[in-house]
Amino acid sequence: MIPELGQFSLILAFCLSILLGVMPLAGAASGNRLWMSMGRPLSAGLFVFLGICLFILGHAFVTDDFSVRVVAAQSNTLLPMQYKVTALWGGHEGSFLLWTFMLSGWILAVGMFSKSMPVEFVARVLGVLGLLSASYILFMLATSNPFDRMVPVPPADGADLNSALQDIGFIMHPPTLYMGYVGYSVVFAFAIAALLSGRLDAAWARWSRPWANVAWAILTIGIALGSWWAYYELGWGGWWAWDPVENPPLITWLFGTALIHSLAVTEKRRVFKSWTVLLAILAFAGSLLGTFITRSGLLTSVHAFASDPSRGVFILAILGVFVGGALLLYAIRAPLIKSEFGFGSLSREIFLLANNVILVVAAASVFLGTLFPMFYQALTGDLISIGPPYFNIIFVPLMILLVIFLGIGPISRWKKTSGTYLQQQLGKVAAASVLLGVALPLIVLLDISIPATIAVALAVWIVLGIGRDLLAKTANKPSRLQGLRSLTYGYYGMQGAHFGVAVMLVGVALTSYFSSERSILLQTGDTVELGKYEFQFAGSERLAGPNYNANRATVLVTRDGDAVADLYPELRVYLASGTPSTEMAIDPSLWRDLLVIPGEIRDNGAWTMTVYVKPFVRWIWLGAIIMALSATIAATDRRYRKLARVRKQAEDKAGEEVGQGDLQPVPGGGA
Amino acid sequence: MKPHRRKRLGVILFIATGMSVAVALTLFALSQNINMFYSPTQVANGEVEAGTMFRIGGMVKDGSVEQHQESLAVSFVTTDYTHDVPIEYEGILPDLFREGQGIVAEGRLNAMGVFQASRVLAKHDENYMSPEVRAALEQAGADPENHQFRASPED
Repeated sequence: MIPELGQFSLILAFCLSILLGVMPLAGAASGNRLWMSMGRPLSAGLFVFLGICLFILGHAFVTDDFSVRVVAAQSNTLLPMQYKVTALWGGHEGSFLLWTFMLSGWILAVGMFSKSMPVEFVARVLGVLGLLSASYILFMLATSNPFDRMVPVPPADGADLNSALQDIGFIMHPPTLYMGYVGYSVVFAFAIAALLSGRLDAAWARWSRPWANVAWAILTIGIALGSWWAYYELGWGGWWAWDPVENPPLITWLFGTALIHSLAVTEKRRVFKSWTVLLAILAFAGSLLGTFITRSGLLTSVHAFASDPSRGVFILAILGVFVGGALLLYAIRAPLIKSEFGFGSLSREIFLLANNVILVVAAASVFLGTLFPMFYQALTGDLISIGPPYFNIIFVPLMILLVIFLGIGPISRWKKTSGTYLQQQLGKVAAASVLLGVALPLIVLLDISIPATIAVALAVWIVLGIGRDLLAKTANKPSRLQGLRSLTYGYYGMQGAHFGVAVMLVGVALTSYFSSERSILLQTGDTVELGKYEFQFAGSERLAGPNYNANRATVLVTRDGDAVADLYPELRVYLASGTPSTEMAIDPSLWRDLLVIPGEIRDNGAWTMTVYVKPFVRWIWLGAIIMALSATIAATDRRYRKLARVRKQAEDKAGEEVGQGDLQPVPGGGA
Repeated sequence: MKPHRRKRLGVILFIATGMSVAVALTLFALSQNINMFYSPTQVANGEVEAGTMFRIGGMVKDGSVEQHQESLAVSFVTTDYTHDVPIEYEGILPDLFREGQGIVAEGRLNAMGVFQASRVLAKHDENYMSPEVRAALEQAGADPENHQFRASPED
């Protein structure tokens, strides 16, 4: 009975989102204020009913209601409670419900934090999001209903959650990634609303910026969590594999990064307007592409859900309607957009343009590499795959170029910067970068390699550039402290995020070039040496977990005879499904990770193992955390809020003067 | 030409040049990194030259897995139920690698016609069969469904 309530609630949510998709948009087109004002209550209703759906499905998982098909497929009575709850998003149906719920959460947030924007604009934004939500729910009702029952006889027990998913990474990664992904729907809706109203101005860019920042911050964390999880769970010691399903979030992230920078130019200088809109559409298309690839089963991947062609076609249709419609609208409206074009060939605008071109090219090449096998198969019928070398060859030089511009951009000035000024500001920074790039890896790792030198030099280039800029920005203030206080959150956010790039860069480069590994067969008492570390296999024991049996090895790590860490890798067999699973053991630290990945146990009791030393690998995720925090700080910049206060006062005044305010609200004035 | 027109043209040329260089490099990189996929039948028929990097996919033949006692060397036979190809690999095999299971291996054929794998992939989820293995089995006339490790609850 209860799952049917969920089904009913889903249908109600569908009706609400249809209303949300129609009423405010129609109201905005006809100037009907009542209809426009329906946006906020409808979005609250949508959030509540999708929340009920999620709660009811969660209840079915917690109470082991195996008559519900997804519960039977993804859960089991033996599953620990935290995984019963999260098994909800362990399959296609439940995870799509979570995705749609996330969208309703963003819609609610837009309704709540948009008091400062014109009613008409908010109505259009909510309307577009309502249409999107309606298409998602229709997709669920038509092809992937999470509340489907097993008829006629439900199984006695469930098939269990995939053992690789029984992990903290699975609890955190999908919801975060979805939340970031779906956040780009909001930025998309802002762009469409602006196109519809024909008012692509600095105000629109200013309203979009905090949302673009927050979506970007969450997506960054989502991708980093996925990378961290793959690193320790999938048992191959890598943090990025250019897997076809890792790539769409990256594509979205690259477009999103370009968008953040382009929005800044549009807000401050009122140029690149149509380009910015296009980026908002592309970032959103990237997020839908991710859904399509995961759920259509078209590409081979560790992430792929069981495939069903009808789902793929449906998602492709959603993608076609929204992105196609948006591009059509763009084609009609873009020629009408006038960009003032007042900047020199050496100016911050130009450096930000370079940033955008590089990021878009990077995104396009990842897109090509990801989908090329599919196109190739469609054209020739042959199956191919594109290896990681392709992505590395393209990506690494582009990122080097990007970081060089990254150092110049913040120091250069809007409109026109003189070459001598840049030289004066950055000449010493460049020299110091080269020097430290050679020296630092030599001192810290006692090793020299050209790639590491380049990477460290680039990281130093970023960090010293930030320092130089801080000095320049505070030079004319009475004291440095006062100078630092006068800088905005937006500025600190930018520099913080750039600092995060430097940290990540060091992590990526040093891990890639100085990691070492050895695969070996070990009897009890055997040791293996790797770099300065000695790994000793001290023995193994059997133990029973809540829903699995395991063999646990003890590996003692020493360095120059001093104990460093005791590691306990496990080989598990899950009881319900009989699936084997390896649990690697890690000794993490800021400077290096030590890993032991068990392979198998031979008949004579020997274990096969791979041991790794990975220097600086934590810096990759540390950099991502710094970037995400900085983007959040930038989103709280005072001027986004100040605008709200000013506008509220203006509206109150206007309301008083006219009496009943059926007057159109004052359009966003801008900078 | 007016100055702002010239500037705009400059920007457009800058973008266009950057894009075309990028496209050329991308296509070159792409052409260098394509790994073709072949089924055991195609390999047995001599469609692949020795020394070319490619992927092969099929089922691990029952009773064919042999491990070296002192090292991580392992050899097995992959099959699409009409033709067999021997594979040698040194390293740790994935969790779900076992006889009668679908795998995809990446590597080269040596002069003896033995596939030297540099990487062996087994499917991540036992209900999920890689499209490559499925295609290989279908081409060889075998029914992929009947060789699945366990029926998926959805079927």
